[in-house]
Amino acid sequence: MKKALGIANESKLGTGINPPAVQAIRKKRGRRKGWGQQIVFLGPCLLFFLTIVVTPFILGFYYSSTDWNGLDLDKAVWTGSANWSRILHDDGFWNSLYFTLRFTVVSVIIANVLALILAFMLMASLKTKNVLRTVFFMPNVIGGILLGYIWQFIFTKGFATIGELTHIPFFKLPWLGTPSTGFWGLVIVFVWQTAGYMMIIYIASLAGIPKDLVEAAKIDGARPAQLFRSVYVPLIMPAITICLFLTISNAFKMFDLNLSLTKGGPGTSTQSLAYNIYAEALINNRYGLGTAKALLFFVAVSLITITQVLITKRKEVSA
Amino acid sequence: MHVSQYKSKTFALEIVAILLALLFLAPFYLVLSNSVKTLKEILLDAASFPQVFHFSNYSDVWKMIDFPQAFWNSFQITVLSVLLIVVFSSMAAYQIVRKPTKFNSFVFLLLISAMIIPFQSLMLQLVRVTSMLELRGELYGIVACYLGFGMPLSVFLFHGFIKTVPYELEEAARVDGTGPFGVFFRIVFPLLMPIIVTVVILNTLWIWNDYLLPVLIIGGNKDLTTLPVAVTKFFGQYTKKWDLALAGLVMAIVPVLLFFLSLQKYIVEGVTAGSVKG
Repeated sequence: MKKALGIANESKLGTGINPPAVQAIRKKRGRRKGWGQQIVFLGPCLLFFLTIVVTPFILGFYYSSTDWNGLDLDKAVWTGSANWSRILHDDGFWNSLYFTLRFTVVSVIIANVLALILAFMLMASLKTKNVLRTVFFMPNVIGGILLGYIWQFIFTKGFATIGELTHIPFFKLPWLGTPSTGFWGLVIVFVWQTAGYMMIIYIASLAGIPKDLVEAAKIDGARPAQLFRSVYVPLIMPAITICLFLTISNAFKMFDLNLSLTKGGPGTSTQSLAYNIYAEALINNRYGLGTAKALLFFVAVSLITITQVLITKRKEVSA
Repeated sequence: MHVSQYKSKTFALEIVAILLALLFLAPFYLVLSNSVKTLKEILLDAASFPQVFHFSNYSDVWKMIDFPQAFWNSFQITVLSVLLIVVFSSMAAYQIVRKPTKFNSFVFLLLISAMIIPFQSLMLQLVRVTSMLELRGELYGIVACYLGFGMPLSVFLFHGFIKTVPYELEEAARVDGTGPFGVFFRIVFPLLMPIIVTVVILNTLWIWNDYLLPVLIIGGNKDLTTLPVAVTKFFGQYTKKWDLALAGLVMAIVPVLLFFLSLQKYIVEGVTAGSVKG
């Protein structure tokens, strides 16, 4: 017992004189070092993120209740809920919301179905597989604004010429000239741009499916449709989740394409929500109202994408 | 018998796939072939192969938009932004993974949630904030904006990757007396190469092609006009000079297309890595 105490005392002395003080110094030095590292490593990221993203976001709540015209903020007057009640009666806003929802549903379905078809095709042992993957992905590396201009030419000049040569009614339509053809014009370009990207994600997911699972299902006598529904779809559900998320949020936020292809026209019949906000602020100089719309836009995007991710996540299984 | 049946089926599939690919390429062909025609020829027949190659469209556009200047503007904005995004977001992700305090976890959550915010919800207030900070019309101003918007996804990608980097390597270096900065840049950073490539590619494509942010932030400063913004000047409401416009489009598309074709293997991998959630 005594010996044990003695050793304990000795070892205590061995660690240093006045241990609590030393510990305090060490702790302090460690904490300061930790702070230094924290500031150097996280500081720049936080600085830019807070300045560029968080501050404007918070300011939005204030501006959305003012009549800010974008120029002199000093004269911006607090108007309470005036902007909100104005939005309630703003047909342009609700029409563009309706347009955006229709556009999103149609183009998301077509883009993903096409992407899946392409992915299955390119999973087969085709000789030109690699070249084809490159070709289908290519539209995606070009920005939306330039894609819109490319297609503006094709719809107005290219299609017209082909229509004269072939007499196929499809090419003779007044593309971009009527609300419904303008709608489908945007869908075509969006699908053309997006399908290749989603195809890449689906291919990566399909390549990860264990071959024996597919074989087993085939031996059990599963027909192609059954194989697709009961084997492939459940196993690529994570890819479906992410592809739907990307296409839905991109389609819902469509702006560049809208600006360069139809400018929202004819009239405002193909005006997307993002374009409506842009026009409200920069053309009508109603920044306050624009900010209020932008806030609603944020709420809508969040609700739609979060709901979708929650629903498809629940359907995910592991192989 | 079974083998030949399989082969003919694949062959048929191959034909269908190639036809679809040609359909995908047709827009590029139309733009390219018409960009070397005269305006009269375009209006007469936009589908035919050009009779004479009319390259003066290109030299005219080259001068009109001051192509070397616009290209250089786009180039330096993209390179500077991407470089800083890579350095800052990898450092931040490293700190968040290795020091998972409550504060750091909160920061991470904040960054992730910000990914849902659409740009249009921020742009008007951003114009205000950037002019208050005197960032508008300046090179460092637009770079600062790209840093802010590029950070969330990049930190997210690095975060997922750093979790898989073994800690033992760092400990060994630390025992040898390397400071935290040295540990990160000499040990961890080189190990992040695969995800760095992904972050570089995703950000490069986005920043190079971006339109709205340069319009809002660079706006009045003509000396900083980026390539996509410069080309839009051929697309006024009433002037339809398709000969010049198409040549301008080709000139704006070629740099990014070359970037893609020379790095396509990494781009495809990068897109895949960037889309699979951790």
